[in-house]
Amino acid sequence: MARLVVLGGGVAGHTAATFAADWLGKEHEVVVVTPNSKWNWIPSNIWVGVGGMTKEDVTFDLAPVYEKAGITYKQAKAVSINPEGNGSTDKSFVTIEFTGQGKAGQSEEITFDYLINATGPKLNFGATPGLGEGSNLGEFTVSVCTADHADHAAHELKKVMDKMRKGERQKILVGTGHGMCTCQGAAFEYIFNIEHEIRKAGLRDMADIQWISNESFMGDFGMGGLHMKVGGYVVSSRIFTESLFAERGVNYITGAHVNKVEKGKVTYELLDGSIGEETFDFSMLIPPFAGVGLKAYNKAGEDITDTVFAPNGFMKVDANYTPKPYEEWKASDWPRTYQNPTYKNLFAAGIAFAPPHIISKPMKSPNGTMINPTPPRTGMPSGIMGKAVAHSVCDLIKHGPSAHLHEASMAEMGAACVASAGKGWLDGQAAAMTVYPVVPDFDKYPGTGRDTDYTFGEIGLAGHWIKHILHYLFIYKAKLKPFWKVIPE
Amino acid sequence: MAVKEEEFNFAKNDKFNTAMIPGKFARAMRTCKIWQFIRFVIINIKMIIVVGKSH
Repeated sequence: MARLVVLGGGVAGHTAATFAADWLGKEHEVVVVTPNSKWNWIPSNIWVGVGGMTKEDVTFDLAPVYEKAGITYKQAKAVSINPEGNGSTDKSFVTIEFTGQGKAGQSEEITFDYLINATGPKLNFGATPGLGEGSNLGEFTVSVCTADHADHAAHELKKVMDKMRKGERQKILVGTGHGMCTCQGAAFEYIFNIEHEIRKAGLRDMADIQWISNESFMGDFGMGGLHMKVGGYVVSSRIFTESLFAERGVNYITGAHVNKVEKGKVTYELLDGSIGEETFDFSMLIPPFAGVGLKAYNKAGEDITDTVFAPNGFMKVDANYTPKPYEEWKASDWPRTYQNPTYKNLFAAGIAFAPPHIISKPMKSPNGTMINPTPPRTGMPSGIMGKAVAHSVCDLIKHGPSAHLHEASMAEMGAACVASAGKGWLDGQAAAMTVYPVVPDFDKYPGTGRDTDYTFGEIGLAGHWIKHILHYLFIYKAKLKPFWKVIPE
Repeated sequence: MAVKEEEFNFAKNDKFNTAMIPGKFARAMRTCKIWQFIRFVIINIKMIIVVGKSH
């Protein structure tokens, strides 16, 4: 019997674990280690953050689902990996620390034949003074990164809207809380859902809504922007995005590194080196992401974290990490199998793998401050990666080390994204977009780096319907209800 | 003469002044149930093609 350990129960980890358990059957064991007791459909946290859904609507208990799937579930966080074993065993193992199941604080070593690291990110609030401490949200801003954060954000937003009702003008600031953030899409969705709710409440004239982002131009989204077919034109996402902000009267600041957050005020540095300040009554700023801080040790107990992980804490995989200038970046730099180059029984998927470089053009201010978005790894690519990696591991277990590894390069896969701009079956709107491929390939598509036949976007009620249906569809799939396997990632 | 709704934001700042803002018809079509049902079908077909190419 072989044992696969999956670290993380998010989109990538849950997909990998559930498919692996299904494909491996009872002959082999799949163990999931995740510090959370609930699965969270993160895209719908936006609606929790404006009071349009409850946190119970976007989460469910993992334990019964894993019991049904025959998966061993450990509510714990991974602390370190020993891919060579240690002085007393040659078997690879991971050290975990329980966060629940009545064993909080206790440690355990779990041996494994294969490990998939799908821990997702550490929400690095501590990177910006005042935004938070370590991975904990601070007191001055809110977040929609977790269901609990979003629930708190909804309560704070309600207070602000109550003040507007009393005739008190309010300033709302939404965007990125550091120069190296990703996930601008979530902030984009949140600011327009706030605007939508405030407008529906008849309070739009009482709110100044301000966007602040580390993107060098509107619509970069960490992908260097994209060009899509709209109304017979091939249009930059910059035009598309600026149009929506102008239409809704939402002012914007781009190329900003927020370097300090205080009560009611942020300080930021722009790409031209100038320093600015922005006040707020309510603010949601996305934190930068980092690896979760896993350590790695060799058989002698020596620290080999630098061998297994990149400096940002994400796991090294089969990417080309050779530093080179932007002009020399290639689609082929991006990983295909997500196998660690040193330890072949380690894989990573989703946000946990170390990208070879960012996708957007690197930018820094004259003061030397790096201000550019880091690569997004949204649900669809994360799910596809998780499934491909699970497929590889199952083949390795069943057919031995010479088995073919499955591939899922972000430079060869597309992504369908639906960015909500307001919730409502009759008056909601969302930007429905596809991008193909996620990472531009200028050798294959010399014009825009992408295939404009498969890269498109439009905003409307249909997009909202799709996003709302996907909410139910993906929670259904994650609960492993009948025919869950036929629903694509 | 009153300012048309879609032209109101142009005057707010220089950034808005150079942006493309949808007019009354384009905005109405965004929430027109019949038109959006047609778009729903078309967008789904497009997305299924991209999803199919990505697996």
